[in-house]
Amino acid sequence: MKIVVAMRQIADLVEELEVDASGADIDREFVKFVSNEWDEAALEEALCLKEAHGGEVVVVGVDDVDFDQTLFGALAKGADRAVKLSCGFEGWMPTAVRAELLARWLKDESFDLVLTGVQAADDLDGQLAGVLGARLGLPHAAVVVGLEPDGDGFKVTQELGGGVTLTSHATGPLVLGIQAARQAPRYVPISRIRQAMSAGGIEELEVEAPTARAPKVTRLFAPEAKGRAEMLGDKPSEVAARIVELIRAKGISVS
Amino acid sequence: MAENDVVVIAERVVGSHPDVTFELLGKAKEIASALGGEVHCLVVGSPEGHECLGAADHLHLVEGEHLWPYNPHAWESAISALLSQLKPRLVLASTGTVGIDLCGALAAQSGSMLASYVVDLSVEGASLMAVAQLYGGKLMAECDLGEGPAFVTAIPGSFAGHAARVDGVADATSHSHDGADARMRHVALTEPEKTGVDITSEELLVSVGRGIGSQSNIDLAQELAEVLGAGLSASRPVIDQGWLPKAHQVGKSGKKVKPKIYLALGISGAPEHLEGMRQAELIIACNTDATAPIFEVAHYGTTADLFDLVPEILDLIGG
Ligand SMILES: Cc1cc2nc3c(=O)[nH]c(=O)nc-3n(C[C@H](O)[C@H](O)[C@H](O)COP(=O)(O)OP(=O)(O)OC[C@H]3O[C@@H](n4cnc5c(N)ncnc54)[C@H](O)[C@@H]3O)c2cc1C
Repeated sequence: MKIVVAMRQIADLVEELEVDASGADIDREFVKFVSNEWDEAALEEALCLKEAHGGEVVVVGVDDVDFDQTLFGALAKGADRAVKLSCGFEGWMPTAVRAELLARWLKDESFDLVLTGVQAADDLDGQLAGVLGARLGLPHAAVVVGLEPDGDGFKVTQELGGGVTLTSHATGPLVLGIQAARQAPRYVPISRIRQAMSAGGIEELEVEAPTARAPKVTRLFAPEAKGRAEMLGDKPSEVAARIVELIRAKGISVS
Repeated sequence: MAENDVVVIAERVVGSHPDVTFELLGKAKEIASALGGEVHCLVVGSPEGHECLGAADHLHLVEGEHLWPYNPHAWESAISALLSQLKPRLVLASTGTVGIDLCGALAAQSGSMLASYVVDLSVEGASLMAVAQLYGGKLMAECDLGEGPAFVTAIPGSFAGHAARVDGVADATSHSHDGADARMRHVALTEPEKTGVDITSEELLVSVGRGIGSQSNIDLAQELAEVLGAGLSASRPVIDQGWLPKAHQVGKSGKKVKPKIYLALGISGAPEHLEGMRQAELIIACNTDATAPIFEVAHYGTTADLFDLVPEILDLIGG
């Protein structure tokens, strides 16, 4: 079984996000970039499938800030190959563009599955799995929480919301947007990542500039503070007292 | 004229037609009237319960093999076939299962623009302008979808102009679609397990997010919940890490809760989480990041560290 995992970087949402001078993008000089958490779930699922059923895991993505770290991390965790597509693209990359670049590379590869994260925090023009599936003319599904080889294909389980799940049998190749892997993404010690770094092994490919169209972002801004919370301060003892008062004021009895 | 029409994809895949379909119909009417077009509603798979979709000018009931229960591959081909006849200006769906599953592909196939996570939409001149919630709700993006055909997937609860559940549909057309190939076939639809835990019936919920940090810290939240006589709920990452069972999950793919008080500890307030708890009567949020979107929906907030705050509450009432 050959599994391709499409991964990418995303702004770290734990940090404050500044808008740049253009007013239409985040300030990429200051923002910290990390691996997209749902892509990490996709990688985990791929590695678990490989461990259970054998095969090969190839990680691929378009070059971005600190993307090498994500690729080395994937190699350290057990991916067999890591491929970086470079085309000098800068700024916010629409899903349509990412899908175009990945599809061009995938056309020359053979694979049974393409797994990627169900979403990324900036995929304004759609979630990658569906757009890529359409580009490749392959069946696809999103919000996937279960995946098993099954006869001539795979059993794919998706969440339909409210805890209801749908299981389908699908014959590959398939493109799937992974919501959660069968287990939380594995931890890999820094020493193993360092080993992967010194072994090198990222295949870097120059690719042609993309042509896909996407909506034009005219303004990026923090939500208007219309319903903002009344802040209770940050002194824990005082805040605790206010919270207990608020609970009692709602008629809920606490001792 | 068809090129000014707006299509709403009804997103009933189980149960009854969800509220979001009526929010979309309300928005569709507004946009269609600004464009001078009409509203079409697509009901795929089972026609059951379609009578309440009378707010649309035209209803299309699509039935055929593989379309019910919901099958993403078959739905995509059925919707794609119908859209190529209707040639609408705008297709509206939600960021629920159907929107995430299908709209990216449908837009790509037809060369249409797509905006996702949309919370506002308007016609400006010849353009459709959308406002989308990005970066887990931390930033809003205003974007121009241009003058051509477009898809918009909206976050449930965003469009205020709710169309009524109107009985009786003026113009309903039946379509049959058997073009689905066998590459994806139905195996099973599974309801959530009944576990005895019912976070929807609690008056007070102590809810923990990834800020809780580890499985062992769950005990602290559990203790707080017990002392307060509250239920314990959580955001999705806490469940996905295996720190609490699925029955405790609040949000889009978990439970929708409406307690008197929702105490959110270390939860950022991503749109998918807010979907499940924004109806709570009183929301109190504790998050060390003053820019966390949870403070947009919370009534009271604190940037205290939850590991400092929780022991203080326990001290006050636990002793
Ligand atoms: C299709 C789909 C369905 C989804 N369904 C759901 C769903 O049902 N429910 C759900 O919750 N999510 C759902 N999600 C996931 C959602 O997008 C977010 O990833 C998730 O809600 C984030 O959870 P969180 O707030 O706990 O974690 P994070 O976003 O990581 O936030 C953790 C927060 O804790 C704060 N923090 C850290 N340490 C402390 C401390 N010591 N004291 C106080 N604060 C601290 C941080 O500042 C941060 O804001 C879904 C996503 C998709 C794509």
